[in-house]
Amino acid sequence: MPMDWIYGLVGGVLIGCAGAVLLLGNGRVMGASGLIFGMFKTTDRRIWAENLAFVSALFFVPMLFVQPLNIAPTHASENVIVLAIAGLAVGFGTRLANGCTSGHGVCGISRFSLRGIAATMAYILAGAISVVLFKHFLGLI
Amino acid sequence: MRIVISLVAGALFGLGLIISGMTNTKKVQGWLDIFGEWDPTLAFVMGGAILPMAVAWKATRVRTPLRADKFPAVNTAGIDRDLIIGSVFFGVGWGLAGLCPGPAIASLSFGGSSGVLFASAMIIGMLSTRRLQAFFRKAENITKTIS
Repeated sequence: MPMDWIYGLVGGVLIGCAGAVLLLGNGRVMGASGLIFGMFKTTDRRIWAENLAFVSALFFVPMLFVQPLNIAPTHASENVIVLAIAGLAVGFGTRLANGCTSGHGVCGISRFSLRGIAATMAYILAGAISVVLFKHFLGLI
Repeated sequence: MRIVISLVAGALFGLGLIISGMTNTKKVQGWLDIFGEWDPTLAFVMGGAILPMAVAWKATRVRTPLRADKFPAVNTAGIDRDLIIGSVFFGVGWGLAGLCPGPAIASLSFGGSSGVLFASAMIIGMLSTRRLQAFFRKAENITKTIS
């Protein structure tokens, strides 16, 4: 749709505000992969509770708003093998690189972090090659 | 108070992700699909998110966090192998499914069994990172010995 970029921009500003709240409030970088992984680390109870609070809100708020805002379905693949391999690669890769689209992308680039910029270039390039390979050559997606 | 701040941030993040269309795998894969019907939405999402974050990073120079002693230090590791190899793995999975960690959780309530399967595999991947790393190191050493 031609209006999609406006929704993208508005949603993007909200995402940036979320990162700004977490940074200026709690002094923490908003990286989704780190916060999700943090729910399984119980060494620091206080940090663990914060991670749980963040991820819970990330789960429940979309659940409440998806119908009133008429949000499109995910259109995700139904191929079990594709989903399992993709999930494993995303989980392993984001832990090894210590960040994903929010941590390296949003929070890293806005800080002019070389690590964030390098990681973002690497995963966008790999993602583009992945789509070309799995969609146009193998027809899996 | 720190819990409330985390809740507010998670809520804003979730809202932003569904409004921007980032929980729709077709839009994400459309952005990566440079040889297909390319969709520029993700660039607007990134740009929109970077603006308030850049202001926030500027503010960290002149003030302290509301509910913490100091701001997070810059990671001084530089651009190393784990960063690039990890990001390549992440990118391949991201392209294949059209989901990254944030949207995977944000869409979990309405993404059906596909969403549950992806998120479960992602968490298993996160929790087995150390073991997988050791496995790859071993494989690398064996290939080195052979050659």
